[in-house]
Amino acid sequence: MAATTTNVDEIRNRVILGEFGVKNVHTTDFPGNYPGYDDTWNMQKFQKNFRIDVVHVDESSMEFDMVGIDAAIANAFRRILLAEVPTMAIEKVFIYNNTSIVQDEVLSHRLGLIPIKADPRLFEYRNTGEESAEEEGSEIDTIQLQLKIKCSRNPRASKDSSDPRELYLNHMVYSRDIKWVPIGNQADVFADSVIGPVHDDILIAQLRPGQELDIIMHCVKGLGKDHAKFSPVATASYRLLPEITLMEPVEGEKAERLKSCFSRGVIDLEDVNGKKVAKVVNSRLDTCSREILRHDDLKNVAKIGRVRDHFIFTVESSGILQPDVLVTEAIKVLMAKCQRFINELDSTDME
Amino acid sequence: MAAQGEKKPVLEMVQADGADEGCVTFVLHDEDHTLGNSLRYMIMKNADVDFCGYTITHPSESKINFRIQTRGGAPATEPLRRGLNELSDVCQHVLNTFQLSVTSALLMGPRLGPPQRSCLAADPML
Repeated sequence: MAATTTNVDEIRNRVILGEFGVKNVHTTDFPGNYPGYDDTWNMQKFQKNFRIDVVHVDESSMEFDMVGIDAAIANAFRRILLAEVPTMAIEKVFIYNNTSIVQDEVLSHRLGLIPIKADPRLFEYRNTGEESAEEEGSEIDTIQLQLKIKCSRNPRASKDSSDPRELYLNHMVYSRDIKWVPIGNQADVFADSVIGPVHDDILIAQLRPGQELDIIMHCVKGLGKDHAKFSPVATASYRLLPEITLMEPVEGEKAERLKSCFSRGVIDLEDVNGKKVAKVVNSRLDTCSREILRHDDLKNVAKIGRVRDHFIFTVESSGILQPDVLVTEAIKVLMAKCQRFINELDSTDME
Repeated sequence: MAAQGEKKPVLEMVQADGADEGCVTFVLHDEDHTLGNSLRYMIMKNADVDFCGYTITHPSESKINFRIQTRGGAPATEPLRRGLNELSDVCQHVLNTFQLSVTSALLMGPRLGPPQRSCLAADPML
């Protein structure tokens, strides 16, 4: 009997990476699926089992483990991070002059993709209705930026020089040349946080003497699902924690080969009575390459699986907001989605 | 995007002729797998629900058909409301836990200067 219960637990809690496919892919712990298990939703049980361990956090990226939650909800957080956490990005480009070789539309597209350091939580969405399409942006929903630059010859360049860096002035247009033009009271409201590109060394265009750019840009608040330029992350992904179990003791040359089948640091060789014995020390480091399946004598020695409810999240910010703020915002977005429909249910009940 | 005018529908209920109020297809406007799949999971955890599933009608339409069939003909709005509330509570708990973990991680050591690709750094072969 004990054997069958462990088998059921394995089906419920592990994704098995087999030789010819992946087993137990789907979540099956729903009420009525397993006799003897109470799978109805239990908030206390969830709160008891759920945990988050932050592995690493800095200004631009973070890694954390989210344990004890279903893939459906973990995936919702990931999807929201990619597409539904708002940011500010350049949406309208007014080109007064562009004599560079970069076409207006290409230049506009390049400008749109530059991450703009401005806290989107302090701005409103701009109305997209028909009547307001031509309306001027206001201080609560628009950031105005200006790019005005002209290339000229460097009078101090030596005669026989052929290096453009020496010959010309302003021949490389960088994101640092974009200047913020505050609207209304923005200069006071954002006094302590200068608005502008996150990175100052993004090359926008190259000019030659006489060519110039004179551009006004409007940044608005938007979502990644509308355009990727609004996405607040470089990447946001998760992987399931790998779990490697040795089914029998492995010694000697076999142990050496077993070690080489996995990423470095996963298997360690211990000295037991003069023999080298393989031991799993850190299966988290494994890439799940399944190299072991190429060795006929090893493939049944280790079981490779993944823990179904252990998500290793990696979030890399585009630099506009800190990664932990992004995750916090993503969770709030999912709550707002729920609330939207709860409100709708409440209001239809009233009628 | 957020609120666009007053007239845009948020939630519709569709029932087949002769079906009781336990078999309802809800049309959730402006939603996709993000809410659809997580809400389906929460509602399937409810023992009073016989069936719960959703479809995306067409990639160019931003709405989902969300079907709930209850056991014994109880109104399908109840598991929907309960699922939404439970999902919201889950988010609240995740949020609290996350903020607690981040604060303690930042107390242990402030944000490091150069960004570390920890998943790559952990594996010297890469």
